[in-house]
Amino acid sequence: MNIINIEHIAKVYKVGSEEVHALRDVSLKIDKNEYVAIMGPSGSGKSTLMNMLGCLDTPTSGIYDFKSFSVSEMTDNDLAKIRNKEIGFVFQTFNLLARSDAVHNVELPLIYAGIPTAERRERAKQALIDVGLEDRMHHKPNELSGGQRQRVAIARALVSNPAIILADEPTGNLDSKTGEEIMALFHDIHEKGNTIILVTHEEYIAEHALRIIRLKDGLIEKDENVERRFVPKAKVIA
Amino acid sequence: MKPIFFELNEGLAIAWRAIRANKIRAALTMLGIFIGVTAVVMMSTAIKGIDNSFQKGISALGSDVLYIDKWAWFSNDEWWKMRNRRKIEMEDFYRFKEMAKLPLAIAPVSNSRQTIKYGDRKAEGIFLTGSNADYVKTTNFTFDQGRFFSEIEGNASRNVAVIGSEISKSLFPRGDALDKTIKIGVVNFKIVGVLAEQGSVVLGPFNPDNQVFIPIGTIFKNFRSRHFGTVTINVRAANPNMVEETKAEAEGIMRKIRGLEHDEPNDFSINQQEALQEQYNSVVGVIQIAGLFITGLSLFVGAIGIMNIMFVSVKERTREIGLRKAIGAKRRTIMAQFLLESSVICLLGGLIGLIAAVILSLMLNQFFPTSIQYDVVILAIFISLLTGIISGLAPAYTAAKMDPVDALRYE
Repeated sequence: MNIINIEHIAKVYKVGSEEVHALRDVSLKIDKNEYVAIMGPSGSGKSTLMNMLGCLDTPTSGIYDFKSFSVSEMTDNDLAKIRNKEIGFVFQTFNLLARSDAVHNVELPLIYAGIPTAERRERAKQALIDVGLEDRMHHKPNELSGGQRQRVAIARALVSNPAIILADEPTGNLDSKTGEEIMALFHDIHEKGNTIILVTHEEYIAEHALRIIRLKDGLIEKDENVERRFVPKAKVIA
Repeated sequence: MKPIFFELNEGLAIAWRAIRANKIRAALTMLGIFIGVTAVVMMSTAIKGIDNSFQKGISALGSDVLYIDKWAWFSNDEWWKMRNRRKIEMEDFYRFKEMAKLPLAIAPVSNSRQTIKYGDRKAEGIFLTGSNADYVKTTNFTFDQGRFFSEIEGNASRNVAVIGSEISKSLFPRGDALDKTIKIGVVNFKIVGVLAEQGSVVLGPFNPDNQVFIPIGTIFKNFRSRHFGTVTINVRAANPNMVEETKAEAEGIMRKIRGLEHDEPNDFSINQQEALQEQYNSVVGVIQIAGLFITGLSLFVGAIGIMNIMFVSVKERTREIGLRKAIGAKRRTIMAQFLLESSVICLLGGLIGLIAAVILSLMLNQFFPTSIQYDVVILAIFISLLTGIISGLAPAYTAAKMDPVDALRYE
């Protein structure tokens, strides 16, 4: 069964008196355990599409079904619930709580899911172990390197066992070597059966994915499956 | 029920983290509420204290006592009209006493202010009350030592005095006033009685604790001419149910003594404690409203401070709010988070303010009557919580309705 089923969605923003067609007519399906990269120059509508996929925003017209839920008709509260349970976000700027340690940052989605303290502590710690940060549990973001911060953010995305991981330029704020390590981590996460959607404008980052969707002017220009060209040098997850 | 408790608990934890993250800011904001709550609590304890003291003092006057006087205590009549009334003389008192059947006791009163000395101790400007032996029956005085002066002493205008507890304290710190001879002005008086504390600061010089009581004849002999100034006639009814009848009788007798025709108005006033009570209530009512308004204003300023800082805090944490929403915080969760934050700040400020107010009023109690009420304590906590919620409402709503996409992009 498809996790994501999008049919003819469009998104129109009003900027002053002018209408901006960010997405014109986009249809796509994403299956379980796919590794998709969404590419496109700025203004192509890839950010808008990512917001739709992440249930942060609803389309102006068209159908968006996430699993059995009809996202296009959801209220704010339902959207919040689905983001909490089904989607793990990884941002370019990490978006960690500056004054909280790694464990607290990772357990945040579980707080909103209403998981009791002891259980969520345990799950947060396990998620941090999974991304290789077992010795950085109680460090605050400013005590961590960029790569480590992004690992905390990935742990936060993984901790609630979401249906998809949505990563928006996850290596954009990292040097290329650290970026490579993060992409290796995504590779492992995908190998473990997770569904990953990667938004990027860097060709060499998109190369890690197995399917590349190219957007232009609010339309899908090209949607193709690609050969795996990337094999990580070292396994990150033991 | 459980999810609400869970959310409250988590919300409090988040609020506490946020407050700890900005300690100085939170402390400064708390200061506003602290001052406001302290002021409100202090004001209400002070008002309550004055009130208690007044009620205690007024009950010493007795509710069943009439004061027949040239002057009305409180009146809408113009002052000059009363000034032109005839004086009440001792002769009026004698005739009144002969004719009145209902009263329990009748006493003439004439006052003076004098300096009182014992050895090298001195009390200046002391209120002297001259009367007869029945005067004590028109009051509810209790005695610490000795007695009131007797009928014989009164009628013979002996130089005997009964002193109030404060005067006893200042002239005889060792409490050995009885049978000592004091100088009132330049005249020697022997102390035959010391009053127990009657306890009313509010009545000021009229407070019996600060008075000296002597036979009325000695006043006329030593301190003022019997024809200078007017005499008040204190009349006590036989019991509280007889006040109205006694008053009617007194009015009739006074009119007869004064030879008033039936169409002439009274040229005297019959005053009652009740009038004092009414006057007090209206004055204190105004003080109370004004005081609470002014102190309430400082609380209001504190509330604006909280609202201001909460708006700043929401703005500053826009991205954090965006992130929290992206990973699943609902509108009401975000709303609750900021409401809890402002409530915790206010509640802490209020509690500290309350403690400060309690300490301050205990200290003030040395000079001024104060009285802490439990309802004020509960009210203060309630008010600070309410302030937190009200001033947090607008900023929390701003945070709750933020669009996660815009909030995440906010620089």
